[in-house]
Amino acid sequence: MATKRKPKLAVWKFASCDGCQLSLLDCEDELLAVTDAIEIANFPEASRTIIKGPYDLSLVEGSITTPHDAERIHQVRRSSKFLVTIGACATAGGIQSLRNFSDVNTYISTVYATPDYISSLQKSTPIADHVFVDFELRGCPLNKYQLVEVISAFLNSRRPNVPPYSVCVECKQRETPCIMVAKGIPCMGPVTQAGCGAICPSYNRGCYGCFGPSEMPNTPSLSIWFEHLGMNRTDLVRTFRGFNAYAEAFRKESEAHEKHY
Amino acid sequence: MPIGWTDEQDGGTYRLKERDDEALFGYQVGPHSWKKYLHPPRRRLWQAEMRDNHMVIVDDEPDYPRYAFFGVRSCELNAITIQDTVFTSGPYVDIGYRERRKQAFIVVVNCVEAGGTCFCASMNTGPQAEQGFDLALTELLDPNQHYFVVDIGSKAGAAIIKQVPHQQAQEQEHMAAQQAVAQAARQMGRTLDTRDIKMLLYNKYEHPRWDEVARRCLSCTNCTLVCPTCFCVSIEEQTDLNGQTAERWQRWDSCFTADFSYIHGGSVRSSASSRYRQWLTHKLASWIDQFGTSGCVGCGRCITWCPVGIDLTEEVRALRDGEPRIGVAIPTLDAV
Repeated sequence: MATKRKPKLAVWKFASCDGCQLSLLDCEDELLAVTDAIEIANFPEASRTIIKGPYDLSLVEGSITTPHDAERIHQVRRSSKFLVTIGACATAGGIQSLRNFSDVNTYISTVYATPDYISSLQKSTPIADHVFVDFELRGCPLNKYQLVEVISAFLNSRRPNVPPYSVCVECKQRETPCIMVAKGIPCMGPVTQAGCGAICPSYNRGCYGCFGPSEMPNTPSLSIWFEHLGMNRTDLVRTFRGFNAYAEAFRKESEAHEKHY
Repeated sequence: MPIGWTDEQDGGTYRLKERDDEALFGYQVGPHSWKKYLHPPRRRLWQAEMRDNHMVIVDDEPDYPRYAFFGVRSCELNAITIQDTVFTSGPYVDIGYRERRKQAFIVVVNCVEAGGTCFCASMNTGPQAEQGFDLALTELLDPNQHYFVVDIGSKAGAAIIKQVPHQQAQEQEHMAAQQAVAQAARQMGRTLDTRDIKMLLYNKYEHPRWDEVARRCLSCTNCTLVCPTCFCVSIEEQTDLNGQTAERWQRWDSCFTADFSYIHGGSVRSSASSRYRQWLTHKLASWIDQFGTSGCVGCGRCITWCPVGIDLTEEVRALRDGEPRIGVAIPTLDAV
């Protein structure tokens, strides 16, 4: 591949825990190959050297929670040819979107000694609510192999292999017998997008829905089955109100059960 | 061997239970079929490398494993036969499947008990295996003795039996084996009326039942992945970061995913009802036109392993006579 120059990569942080961008540094075996193929131009977690934009590929972590960030994301978009959001915060609003179901001002007055200093938006929202996003990479945290796959697909001008089907496919690929069928453990896998490799069911834990809704999530049907397995309404709300609480399908499902409290 | 264990199966449930005899095969079909060996979930088709700015295809010389399948049930043997037709008849042969299959040694166990979701008797695929095996065992447990009646199906099977202590079966033992298998046929937990089933499904192309089942269907793909005959795959291209090597992989896919029917402009089957209809109609009707047999062997896995217990025998019954759904009553949200 005859390239004139290495593509420039930038990593941006909004409201998030940094776990997803650190996954890039966790790519120990692949990291040298990544830096061979791409110039890490703006990644404060990795290097204090900042090379000015524009950037060929921007990875955006975190959700928009402040008026300042709502402005800043437009600057990021303007300086990026290709913008990929990484993780549940950036793609769905993250765990901090639990505030979206109540009044943020009550939290601010409870948590902070001087609430006047805090400038916060009422809702935590995904990046795609604010700017055009070229590709979304799900997960809390994302899967580092999927991250390398997206970078590799970008560098080779091909489609990334990040299927939107359910976690069930990954359970079957790794030959984990369905824990909901075999043990009666409620599992979000049938309505959750694959990508983690179906870790939790392989440890006899139901899927927590970290990768957000799958391509066609039938959450009402799964809720009926959860009730059939003995789950109460409070837990139904909690089950759908996790790291991807504000993703549309999960939000609607938790709200439907909250009404029935 | 799982001596002392059995299973209980119903729509959406599978439970292991203890049993108080010494049966070696006192259980029904489990979560995995033999498909995973002959038609593996993922496999590399070919790979290429960049050498001096040219792409060179790297010869892959796969070492096809020699399998011996021990404890194959009659329904599953029929499923293997169906996949033989899918993969090795016609002009486009799946070489990997053919090579793995050619070397496989198959020991059948005829069922003497049937499970809650079994209906092989309806599909004429069991419980007695008729052909296509190397050896077929029927396990018999009576108060005085525990023994197997063995049918030899091939020279390779005969060669194995020569090395095992055995004696010529008596008429009475043959009878006992036949009776045990006949008892399993009477115990089937499910039935499927296959009369004129092809035209039934073709004629019910537009039917409200498809929307009803879609309200329950999760489009999660479990039914297709546990099905021993479902064979659909997708192809993925993989590259390394610096563009020096590329690989083409085949992986299991399902008619329940949106991408599976994606063509330019969108997915052909965008609704759950269209996907369920596609699956059921292909399995029970258009499979007959395509491959000459039904695509269903009555193993019941799609019923047991559906996370919400959708039962194709019930769906066919509803399409056939328009009767309301019978079976486990599931509370609806409004009713709770």
